[in-house]
Formats: sequence, structure tokens, C-alpha cells
Amino acid sequence: MKRIFTKITNRRNLLTGGAALAGGTALASFGVVRRPRAATFDSESTDPSNYVQTAMQSMGNHGEMVTIGDVGTDINGFDASDLLTDWETGQIEVGHDGRKTRTFQVEAEDREIEIAPGVTFPAWTFNGRVPGPTLRATEGERLRIVFRNSGSHPHSMHFHGIHGASMDGINGSGLIDPGEEFIYEFDAKPFGCHLYHCHAFPLRAHMHKGMYGTFIVDPDPEKHSENRGVALSRKLGTPENSTWQEFVMVMNAFDTNFDGENEFYAVNTVAHHYMKHPIKIDRDRPVRIYLVNVTEFDPINSFHLHANFFNYFDHGTTLTPTLQTVDTIMQCQAQRGILEFSFENHEAGKYMFHAHQSEFAELGWMAVFDVTGGAE
Amino acid sequence: MDGCFRRYGGRGMSTTNGKAITSRLSILTVAVLPIVLLVLSGVWIISSDPLNVFNSNTPPIEELVIERLFLDEEGIHLKVRAEGSEPITIAQIQIDAAYWKFTQSPSGSLSRLSSANILIPYPWVEGDAHNVVIVTNSGATFEREIEVALPSQTGRVGNLRAQATVGGFVGILPVAIGMMFFPLLVRLRSKGMKFVLSLTLGMLAFLLIDVLEDAFELAAEAASAFQGPTMVILIATTACLGLVAIGRRNGAPTGLALATFIALGIGLHNFGEGLAIGAAIAAGATSLGAFLILGFTIHNVTEGIAIVAPVVRKRPSIAILVALVLLAGAPAIPGIWLGSYAIEPHWAALALAIGAGAILQVLFEVGALTLRGPKGFLENLDWTFLSGFIFGISFMLLTGIVVKI
Repeated sequence: MKRIFTKITNRRNLLTGGAALAGGTALASFGVVRRPRAATFDSESTDPSNYVQTAMQSMGNHGEMVTIGDVGTDINGFDASDLLTDWETGQIEVGHDGRKTRTFQVEAEDREIEIAPGVTFPAWTFNGRVPGPTLRATEGERLRIVFRNSGSHPHSMHFHGIHGASMDGINGSGLIDPGEEFIYEFDAKPFGCHLYHCHAFPLRAHMHKGMYGTFIVDPDPEKHSENRGVALSRKLGTPENSTWQEFVMVMNAFDTNFDGENEFYAVNTVAHHYMKHPIKIDRDRPVRIYLVNVTEFDPINSFHLHANFFNYFDHGTTLTPTLQTVDTIMQCQAQRGILEFSFENHEAGKYMFHAHQSEFAELGWMAVFDVTGGAE
Repeated sequence: MDGCFRRYGGRGMSTTNGKAITSRLSILTVAVLPIVLLVLSGVWIISSDPLNVFNSNTPPIEELVIERLFLDEEGIHLKVRAEGSEPITIAQIQIDAAYWKFTQSPSGSLSRLSSANILIPYPWVEGDAHNVVIVTNSGATFEREIEVALPSQTGRVGNLRAQATVGGFVGILPVAIGMMFFPLLVRLRSKGMKFVLSLTLGMLAFLLIDVLEDAFELAAEAASAFQGPTMVILIATTACLGLVAIGRRNGAPTGLALATFIALGIGLHNFGEGLAIGAAIAAGATSLGAFLILGFTIHNVTEGIAIVAPVVRKRPSIAILVALVLLAGAPAIPGIWLGSYAIEPHWAALALAIGAGAILQVLFEVGALTLRGPKGFLENLDWTFLSGFIFGISFMLLTGIVVKI
């Protein structure tokens, strides 16, 4: 997002003929004033620090710098807190040869969602939510994704994974018109933290309208004897995995006034949601985050953890970290990875995490872990 | 009108007897029928919504005008007015690309033309620029830049006094100085006097354009439902005609009456100048240096000459002259106060439109006095007049260079 200072053309206002905010200081400009660069005026009664202090005094923990209000489930039908751990594991069938086939049902639909308190956005969704369902499978399984398009535009599901050309979700291979259905079929590989998104053109519009979701392929421990323990901890449903606190976080943003710049940033859609509803962390159990960046219009997004460091597995396709002991990583569009860390030796309390582009943070991508447990 | 109805009624009724009754009936019918039809069509339009076909899926037109903005120790204060086709709900507010908590009173959505006060407890930085973006529930944004953050001047006694002093310098002082040409004017012969009156006309013409320009500029800032530009013309015309009517109760105004009207018109113009200066003080006092105040003082000197020109032969008392000076110059002071208080643009436009009307009136009266000869209206339009007129405009233009930075 460019510095918002530069005069933006409010496309919606142009469309509706409502650019009513022209000439902010026209009164001042009729004949008398140009903006002085240096403020050297007489400040006998106006010590600026007084103002700042007074204004600061009224601020709470994180100040008044936050969206006002709260997003409930009334409009969305989902709570952003639930999205963190809502794994969609589909239906499993075991074939004669013992091979598992996992079937997911996904439906594209138009739906208005509330992306910040009081601000609705006409989204295109997978299964009525943004981000779409977090599809989770295990390496080596046969996957069938039954995709129905109940939206108003042609849509597809393009998986970041390994598959044949006919299953790619582009024009001619699974891009379907409204009312149609398509079944994507391929093997779950490679293991890692991936994503899927609509690949209809214009891609930018379909992406930023909300058509994306996380696609996790857990490693098959049997195939990774050298790192079997790590693989077991990654595989959903194992005792090793259950000691972990796993969360999926999709870094996304919304351009509400169609000017090609985002007005709201978040993880999992709702600006500031995890600021107002901190994510509960048991400090004695390790934390794993499946982080995906689908932010449109801005080339990169980032994740910064306060007061702690983590190991990072880029794309999640390795069982040993690709980056060790870092507290900030950045991802380009569609890049994703796994973060692993622990608050084991930390005091209990609130630990922030946010994009370290201050602007993204201040426009909504700012959140808090509420670490509890252990002896004080 | 009556004849028209009679003719209309007569078409249906040929007998003379029925005429009176019929015409009364038809008056009733003719008066009521259109209103009934209007109501019926209104009901039909609302119930059937014929335009529905065209905008099934379009977002409502949202318009929001920020009428006032000032900063103080509490934060940033806004007064906003909603305009669009449907009520507007302010959902969030960004300051410098960050969301901030705010309070709105009255709260809730804003129906068309209703207004609300908003306070954002933002730790603004004196002398910096800030950017306010209002985000509505549909995600539409309305932006306003604070070019230089300065604390509001409102309610500080020391400031009010300082502003009054500035007002005195740009309003009262130049008019008084201009009047000091009085003894010189007394010595003028009729040709010289004509030159002075023509000069007055040129100056008034300049002021009229000046004040209209400002009025239109302010009107454009106001909510468009107020139909600012049309209102400016309407109010200016009405004010002008009203003042002409008042002034001509006992014949065309001359002498002291004319001088008073000139002072009134100039006073309203100086009120407008005060508004501009006040707004400038509110927006960045540094730019309003002594140089600029001096510029205004010189710029306004001819106003004094204009006021005394009609009373040269009357030898008015000092008290009357002082009263005229105050009438013409003092309005600059409340103008500055209101301007620095960030008065809503529609009120400022209204004041300036009245000022334009007042100037138009004296332009007309002085013009009539100067140009009318025994035989016709433009009889006295000669080179003396033209040179005076052009000198008047040129003087204002040239001294205006100093003020219009």
C-alpha cells in the first residue's frame, strides 16, 4: 500500500459521482495560506508535548489505535477465533489395496462478510468463509475435491501441489461456470503447508475477493524414518501431534473502495480480531503455525513475534527448519511456511505478533497470544 | 389569472349563468387536481420503484462532507454531514493509515443531511501533516488532509484579542486612512470628483468578483444538497434587490445614505476577508506575516475613499465618519474570529453571498449617480470615467498581488 497521503482516486465515489470531499482547506486557500514547511509559530499557549501527553494518558494497553467495535458471527456465520483450528479433513475411504482416498466438498458462493467491525465486504467464498476451509490430508493419500460453483462468476480451485495438467484449475482444466461441478483428483504431495485459490481471470479480482484457503499435507511418518518423530508431531491425530498447539493463519487484506490499495489487513480476515480476542496459549506446550500469505496488491507480507524466536520451515516441505532462531519472516504472495516455537521459559502474559510493516499492523494485522499456565 | 380560468371554464360551459359557478369550480379543480396527481404519482413511484431495474446490485450512493475540523488537547474533532441516497454508517476511522477508536455523537447511522460530531483521541503532532480517512460500513472511504496540525484557536481570550488587532489592521485602519483623503476630495472639481467616483466603481467591481469567487468556493465545499452556487446567486440577488428597495424608499440614495450603503457593502466584504484570514490563522499562522497584513491594509485603503466620495459636499461630522469607518472596517474582526473557529462552509457562503448583494447594490447606486446625466443613463460614460474605473480595478489588482499568495 502506497503511503495513503498521496491523493487517491476514490473509484467508488467517481462511479457514484460523490467525490464530495474536495478542497479540504479551500477556505484557508482563498488567498492567504500555503502550507509552511517549518512550524515556527509562536507557541506561548501551545506546548505540543502537552497535547500528546494528554492524548496518550487516555490510552489503554495498546492505545486507542485499533478498530472500534467487534465482529460477531451474525453476518459471517463464523468466528475468526474458530478458523485457527478448524481443520477440514473430509471423508476417508480405504480401497482394496489399503490406499486411502480422501474426499472434500467445496462450494463457491457469493457472500457478504464482515471484515472489520461494521464494515462489510461483498466476498466470493469457498464454503461461505474467507479464508476457505483448511483442507488437511496426509502425504500419499488420493484426494478428491468435489467442487461446485454456486457463485455468480466462473471459478476454479487451483492447488499449490503436484498434479496433472488436467487438474490444474485453469481454463480448460477445472475452471467451471456457475451451476457446474468438477472433481479434482490427485495425490497428496509434497507434504507441507500449501494453499489453493481460484485461478479464474482476472486473477487479482478473484484472489482479493476471498477465494483462497490453506491446504496442508501432513508428512507420512512411515516415509521419513530419519525424522520420524518430527513427522509424527506434524501428522494430525497422532499423540505426538496432540501435544502441539496448532493454528492456521492466512495473512489477507481487503480493498474496500476499489482503489487498488487495501483498507484492512488481518490474519484470517477480521482486522484486529486476535487483538480483541487473544489466542490462548498453554506455555508448556509447543506452538506450530501454518502461515500463508495471500495479500493482494502488496508484494510482501510479514510475521513478527514479540519476545521470542522461532524456527521456520519454508513451504513446510522439510522436516528440518529452513531458517533457525528468527523472530521475523517475510512471505511474497502465495508463499507459506510453518513456524514452530515455545513459550516454555517465558513468564505468563500477552505476547504480540504482527506484520512488521507498521502500516499493515496498524490497519488490522496485529494480534496477541495470551500465554498462561505453569507455576508463577 | 382569472381570465385564464374563465376562458378555460368557458370552453366547457356555454351559458353565461353557469359561468361564475363553473369558474369557481374549475379554479378548485385546477388547483387541486395537479396536487392530487402529484401525490398519486409519488405513491406510484415509491411503491413500484421503476428505477429498480437499473440498479439491482449497485451499492448505495454514499456522500459525506466534513464541514468542520479542528484539533485540541482531546484529539481531532470533526463535524460531518451525510448526503447520499441512503443513510451512511461510519464504521471505522484511519489517521495516517492506522485505525483509531473514536466517539460519534449522535451515534448510529446518519440519514441524509443529518450531521454528527466525531472525536478521535489521536496524539497529533503540532506542525505535522495528518490524514483522516473515514470508512463507511460498505467500505467506501472519505479522506481529508490536515495540512498543518495546529491547536484550535477557539475560546482563547488572548487569541481573540490578537485576532481583533489583526482585524483592526486589515479592516478599520485602511478605511480610516482612506477617509483622510477627505480634505483633498473636498477641493476636487466636478471632473476630479467624477474620477474618484469612477475609481470607487472600479474598486467595487473588483470586490464583487472577489467576494463572489470566495462565496462560490465555499459553496462548493458545502453539502451539495444545499445547492450552494445557486443559493449564492439567489441570496446575492435578493440581498441586492432588498437593499435597493430599502435605499430607494425616498428616492435614489445620495449623500450620507449612499455612503452608509457603500460602507455596509464594504463591511460585508471585509467580513469575508476576515473569514479567510481567520481560516489562515487556524491553518498555519506563520504564513500570515506582518507583510501580508500590511498588504491587506494597502489593498483596502481605497475603501475609505469610496465611502466618503458621496458625502464630500455634505461635510459630515467626525462622529459620522467614525461610524462609517466602523461599519466598513469592524466586520473584519468577527470575520477572523469565525474563520479561525472553522465555521461551516455553508454559513460562510451565506454571509459572503449577502456581502456580494450589498456590493452589487452600491455598484448600482454609485453607477447610477456617476453615469446618469440629464438626458440618459450612460450619458456620462467618458474617458474620465473609464480612466477612473480602470484605475480602481488596477489598484485593487496590483495591491492584490501582495495578498493573494
